[in-house]
Amino acid sequence: MSTVTDAPPAPPALPDKPRKVRRRGRLVPYWLLLPGILWLVVFFALPMVYQASTSVQQGSLEDGFKVTWHFATYWDALSDYYPQFLRSVLYAGCATILCLLLGYPLAYLIAFRAGRWRNVVLILVIAPFFTSFLIRTLAWKTILADGGPVVGALNTLHVLDVTTWLGMTEGNRVLATPLAVVCGLTYNFLPFMILPLYTSLERIDGRLHEAAGDLYASPATTFRRVTFPLSMPGVVSGTLLTFIPAAGDYVNADLLGSTDTRMVGNVIQTQFLRILDYPTAAALSFILMAAILVMVTFYIRRAGTEDLV
Amino acid sequence: MRWLRKNLVVIAGLITLAYLLLPNVVVTVFSFNKPKGRFNYEWQQFSLDAWKNPCGVADMCGSLSLSLQIAFWATLGATALGTMIAFALVRYRFRARGAVNSLIFLPMAMPEVVMAASLLTLFLNMGAQLGFWTILIAHIMFCLSFVVTAVKARVMSMDPRLEQAAQDLYAGPVQTFVRVTLPIAAPGIAAGALLAFALSFDDFIITNFNAGSTVTFPMFVWGSAQRGTPVQINVIGTAMFLIAVLCVLAGMMVGRRKNKTVS
Repeated sequence: MSTVTDAPPAPPALPDKPRKVRRRGRLVPYWLLLPGILWLVVFFALPMVYQASTSVQQGSLEDGFKVTWHFATYWDALSDYYPQFLRSVLYAGCATILCLLLGYPLAYLIAFRAGRWRNVVLILVIAPFFTSFLIRTLAWKTILADGGPVVGALNTLHVLDVTTWLGMTEGNRVLATPLAVVCGLTYNFLPFMILPLYTSLERIDGRLHEAAGDLYASPATTFRRVTFPLSMPGVVSGTLLTFIPAAGDYVNADLLGSTDTRMVGNVIQTQFLRILDYPTAAALSFILMAAILVMVTFYIRRAGTEDLV
Repeated sequence: MRWLRKNLVVIAGLITLAYLLLPNVVVTVFSFNKPKGRFNYEWQQFSLDAWKNPCGVADMCGSLSLSLQIAFWATLGATALGTMIAFALVRYRFRARGAVNSLIFLPMAMPEVVMAASLLTLFLNMGAQLGFWTILIAHIMFCLSFVVTAVKARVMSMDPRLEQAAQDLYAGPVQTFVRVTLPIAAPGIAAGALLAFALSFDDFIITNFNAGSTVTFPMFVWGSAQRGTPVQINVIGTAMFLIAVLCVLAGMMVGRRKNKTVS
């Protein structure tokens, strides 16, 4: 971005007046930005600095914490909690893929096939948001209850045999297994996948589909060569909007999982709010942030869409 | 068979929609339950008890009203600050534009635990008393970026010639802003405010870290998941869902009528 301080070019129809306005208005953007940006600097950026400093402190609650540049906290945190880190990436990754597989048909349906039902379906996608997500996540406890119809059906279809072989379930249960956590994560972040997908699909010119058909492309080829590539911006922002919050989530792992499904978010929460080991918690949270920023940057580079902001 | 192949997308989409709505159906059905133990996870028998007495659980309605208050003030704050930033970003050129853009983008790309934990370190270091004000500060912080994004999209698609026309007709800058710019930007601002309200009202992770002993509605639900879930939680969940759907439908009707009278 170049550092031009002028206002946009004056409209040709107005000769003298706007120039005066322009000179006087030079400071206007800064006044508009000041309160909001100050808020973000003090309550978003500054806390990151405090957290970085906390992560290299040593001490106890009674004697207070002091900065000792004790970087070993990072190493200890990683070696103690790497299973939780791996689990976070694994569960969030599975949930993101499931969201994409489940969300794409629905977004496609809303964009091209819903006709006059389009707004109704869109409202139905957004409406669940208005029931607190904790209440909805608790409902999954009922749905996936042991011996319930869902578990029974999965058992009859031998789905549970496959997931047990994959290590996602144990015996005839779904609740308190990794599968339940992935299922909850998928459910909770599905709208964050559907909405960006819908936005990018809706922008596609319908005539492109006709053109592809005229050129003897089968519906499958049309999708593979025309529709899907054009929806890539939606796929990229949708996967980011699902993966990032899912990787940091601890609500699903706590409510639907067991002690064997604890994710890194659970560890940060316990260290911070119950054990009160602030340096370890800060280090863990910093590692999570860095890992996600690296992954996101790499992913955006690979996917080749940089105009997300 | 051909019909099936043609409508495969529709069927798959409807299955996803069912997956999305199933928990809401369960929440609604179980608001009529009369559970035996402390937990409302198994169906026992039909009862209207919870609907007749929605505030029958200690502390629940207090937490609900606290959540509504926080959501109201957070929406107001975030919408005001966010709208100003959005206008500055679209309408003016200034130094450090890239830095401002990333400062807006980063809170949306950061896991909530990270923001929650780091904000708590700030409050602990400052010796701030955790409670209503720390929750409000946190909520305005994370809602701000979403408001900016919503308003920016609307202001960007605005025709600048409308404002020039207003100036041609001798409207001053203030008059132009109040009579022309603001009404056109209103849907974007409303969308941003709605988003901020929903995000703030439903937030659990950041609130849980920065609330101290104050209990908002999501925190009440979280606590009851450990102690025992009263049926009234489902009543509130169902009522909020119905109110939201009705509001949206009413809004759509009004919009449709307006369009008709215009054309």
